[in-house]
Amino acid sequence: MIRVRDLTFCYDSHAPIFEAFNWEAAKDEAWAIIGPSGCGKTTLLYLLAGLRRAREGHIMVAGQPITRPRPETGLILQDHGLLPWATVEENVRLGLDIRRFYGPDGRHAPRERRVKRPEEKAGVSHWLDRLGLSTLRDKYPAQLSGGQRQRVAIARTLVLGPDLLLMDEPFSALDAPTREDLQNLTAQLRQEALLTSVIVTHNIEEAVFLGEHILVLTKPPNREAAVIHNPAARQPDFRASELFGEQSSKVREVLGGFV
Amino acid sequence: MTQRSRILNVVIGIVMFLVFWQVLAWIVNRPILPPPWVVLPMFVTSLRGELGLHLLASTARVLAAISLAVITAAPVGLGLGQVRALDRVFRPLIAIVYPIPKIVLLPVIYVLLGITDISKVFLIALILFFQILVVVRDEAANLHPELITSVRSLGAGRRALFSYVYLPASLPAILTALRVSVGTAIAVLFIAEQSLTRFGLGYYIVVRTYQVLRYPEMYTGILAMSLLGLLLYGVLELLQRRLNPHLYLEEGA
Repeated sequence: MIRVRDLTFCYDSHAPIFEAFNWEAAKDEAWAIIGPSGCGKTTLLYLLAGLRRAREGHIMVAGQPITRPRPETGLILQDHGLLPWATVEENVRLGLDIRRFYGPDGRHAPRERRVKRPEEKAGVSHWLDRLGLSTLRDKYPAQLSGGQRQRVAIARTLVLGPDLLLMDEPFSALDAPTREDLQNLTAQLRQEALLTSVIVTHNIEEAVFLGEHILVLTKPPNREAAVIHNPAARQPDFRASELFGEQSSKVREVLGGFV
Repeated sequence: MTQRSRILNVVIGIVMFLVFWQVLAWIVNRPILPPPWVVLPMFVTSLRGELGLHLLASTARVLAAISLAVITAAPVGLGLGQVRALDRVFRPLIAIVYPIPKIVLLPVIYVLLGITDISKVFLIALILFFQILVVVRDEAANLHPELITSVRSLGAGRRALFSYVYLPASLPAILTALRVSVGTAIAVLFIAEQSLTRFGLGYYIVVRTYQVLRYPEMYTGILAMSLLGLLLYGVLELLQRRLNPHLYLEEGA
């Protein structure tokens, strides 16, 4: 699904963050990217999203080189990015509205999929329901809690039916119980609909709970991908198990002196 | 505040205003301050006659100026707010020009644009232009980069960003700027209409009534001009409530 080949990237004239970096993620895998601040984890996610361009090397997603945002990729950021003047329902519908605005042109919206209005409506209702937002559909973002806002952002992305879901520290601004709640929700949603997912986090527990594979980035420039396999991820009782602690230690070890 | 208590507030305001006016008229007790019971009936009858015509002329000028200012200032404000480099170039210039009282340019405008309605409309539009420009610019500059990024990730290109983000984001800024500056606009209109025209409330108040000592008639003109300001403000506020309900959310609602 994702293939990063000989990637070199730096901001302007700064030192490179990635240098001849290689990494691959197969279809339907759940990945977590972890590392200290400044390690380039968000940069990598933005590169995958097509919001930044590689200096050298290339990034392929679903067999296509990435030069601009791809309509089948969903992105969720820490700052939910909801429109403050739109209701919950309007926010969830935003991506569908934008797709209708352009029509199925293959650049802004997937080429083959032309969704009819009733189906769209059903989709919006389904995701509002699934994320427990039905009673809030007419509220504005300012009237929601942080966790609810992030749920709206998730609904807005999933209603578009992405095959790749990118998340940039989506829960790091939330309090601990809300964060855990949304992590569980993310795990459940992944179980229900297969898609490739990449979550960027600086939280070791979050990476171990959500990432079947954990890509550890350290001090730039990143040259080699350090990957920890973590097949028990997303099991409901995984957090309480001994293995969870062991896996967390493993991540900590790879991170070394950088945290 | 509920709808009913808002209406109640307006009624209380009007009653207090009339009482205040009446008391002041008693105290001053000179022709220059006629009481409301003389002015109000005269206002109602003359609104269908000469006064109505002058009110129409003034209203048309203000509305034309508002349209002209919004059409020109909003896009420029958006551009400056979103393109840092442009903003850096023009910010010092705007900072200097913005506080200049534009009314002092009236003679220049008359010479350049001629003694027509166009010059009066242009002057008022010029005042509104800078008010709108500055507020829209700051609003556009304050849009979260993360908001833009996440809307882009939903597939939005430049055109969709414009219709789904920039336009709705600048709408409240435009309305706020207009609400703040509509008073100034009408004050300037009053001055601009005092000369070189045969129509408008400024002309009516100064030339047709004040200079010939028709004081009660003069007050009907003053009343008309005040109402024009009040109504414009009210309409703008109503528009904002209708178009931007998220700005009027009540705690815990």
